[in-house]
Amino acid sequence: MENPRQPEAVSPERAAYLKRIRWERIQVKGLQGSLLIALFLLWELAARQRWIDPFIMSSPLRIAATISRMFRTGNLLYHIGITCMETVAGFLLGTVIGTAVAVLLWWSPRTSRVLEPYLVVLNSLPKIALGPIFIVWIGPGVGSIITMGLAISLIVTILEVHHGLSLTDADKIKLVETFGATRAQVLQKVVLPANLPTIVNALKVNVGLSWVGVIVGEYLVSKAGLGYLTVYGGQVFQMDLVMASVMILGFLAAAMYLGVVWLERRLVPPTQQPF
Amino acid sequence: MHQQKVVEMQQIAMKYQSESGEIEAVREVSFSVYEGEFVSIVGPSGCGKSTLLSIIAGLTKPSSGQVTLLGEPVVRGARSVGYMLQKDHLFEWRTIEQNTLLGLEVRRDLTPETRAYAQELLKTYDLWAFKDSYPRELSGGMRQRAALIRTLATRPSILLLDEAFSALDYQTRLSVTEDIHDIIKQVGATAILVTHDISESIALSDRVLVLSARPAELRAVHHIDMAGLSSRQRRDHPEFRSYFNLVRKELGLNGKS
Ligand SMILES: Nc1ncnc2c1ncn2[C@@H]1O[C@H](COP(=O)(O)OP(=O)(O)OP(=O)(O)O)[C@@H](O)[C@H]1O
Ligand SMILES: [Mg+2]
Repeated sequence: MENPRQPEAVSPERAAYLKRIRWERIQVKGLQGSLLIALFLLWELAARQRWIDPFIMSSPLRIAATISRMFRTGNLLYHIGITCMETVAGFLLGTVIGTAVAVLLWWSPRTSRVLEPYLVVLNSLPKIALGPIFIVWIGPGVGSIITMGLAISLIVTILEVHHGLSLTDADKIKLVETFGATRAQVLQKVVLPANLPTIVNALKVNVGLSWVGVIVGEYLVSKAGLGYLTVYGGQVFQMDLVMASVMILGFLAAAMYLGVVWLERRLVPPTQQPF
Repeated sequence: MHQQKVVEMQQIAMKYQSESGEIEAVREVSFSVYEGEFVSIVGPSGCGKSTLLSIIAGLTKPSSGQVTLLGEPVVRGARSVGYMLQKDHLFEWRTIEQNTLLGLEVRRDLTPETRAYAQELLKTYDLWAFKDSYPRELSGGMRQRAALIRTLATRPSILLLDEAFSALDYQTRLSVTEDIHDIIKQVGATAILVTHDISESIALSDRVLVLSARPAELRAVHHIDMAGLSSRQRRDHPEFRSYFNLVRKELGLNGKS
């Protein structure tokens, strides 16, 4: 029997099609880049021509100057480092603890039924309201900020992952039970692998949520980090500093999201990927 | 020939309970299957055939009655049983070879010898070239064979086949059933096949059990007296039509099967 995975010869129609979509992709990328450059140019021009007040609206060159000055005096990397560390910690804790709790709830349906109303209430509670409690209990430091990042992502993760686990195809479970599988084996051989996409999806949502939690935490505690810089810049009316911090934040958040997308490609086999 | 009782069902009844009500799936069914025998169960759709297999495999506890496997009360996931469910349920995140090893893994029985046996089965059933493919790259018939290999790899002595061939088109179905019939006879396994294809049941089995509509009761038992013939020879045998008409009448069907 011939090898089913041999690449087929490319027909001229296919080659033309591939060329067309490649060209389309290049054009879209080009337009995306041009749009960004155009916006920055317009902003800079508006500031120079005094259509807007650069003291309040800042401008791309002023932001660049601020970033390079902070970079030279050395404390920019420190602030970036602190915020990234807090976010990654909150994100990992939220995902790991959330998934673990979801597995426990799957393991014991009765526990899940008992806890359901509590989870629903905790989920609808605006977690930011808990900030002052964390600060009093844990102290105004990195601990409180990470806890804030964790609090925001934890409950959603538990609910999402548990929902996925409990929807696992009952017949797939029955299949491994025909081989005498224990509950641990059902979890290991069916429920977890079948839900890998759900879990990785929870990761994607959590990245965004952890940033929100950490920045809010830094607003409240205000010692170091990009959130702190934003608040501080606002208080001393240095809009260049505020804008620079927000720019860097946007860049970091996007980078981290891409990291998770990359992880998804590595972890989830192509047959289970949604696209 | 028919010495040892492999399966004994005594006055099995099954009522499913749920919040919305009670469903009586099986009223009272008793039968035995002997070593090396091939028994078919036919019955109208939804009459409780899958339920009976599930009870034999120990996955569903009957509301009343006794199930004995090789002289012992049945336990969940008994090693002697190989159960092919109504669909193939190949795991899409495993390759074909990894899928065929699933049963051995779960039974903690994956050794170089058992792996080699599974690989030999893959070669015998023309799936070797696809061992590293994923299930969605295979046709329905190939998937069905992969599921059969997954079951056979654990070397069960009792095979429970639930409409195992229903996903196949008629031509593939004929050849796959023939293959499977040969394999089962070859390894000397005892088999219980659930089907609603009357000709399939007559072509394959030593005995046909006919069930009533839900709640299932045993309506008739037919000994098919064509031992030693292949399923294709049976289909051409003059007796075939008379068995067919008999069973069809008992099922209350007229016209096509
Ligand atoms: N887990 C369950 N809970 C409640 N009712 C069930 C359950 N499984 C089956 N039933 C009901 O029991 C009856 C018999 O089901 P079963 O699957 O055994 O029938 P079947 O003969 O295999 O049907 P088919 O020919 O369609 O495969 C059906 O009415 C079904 O709705
Ligand atoms: Mg059925």
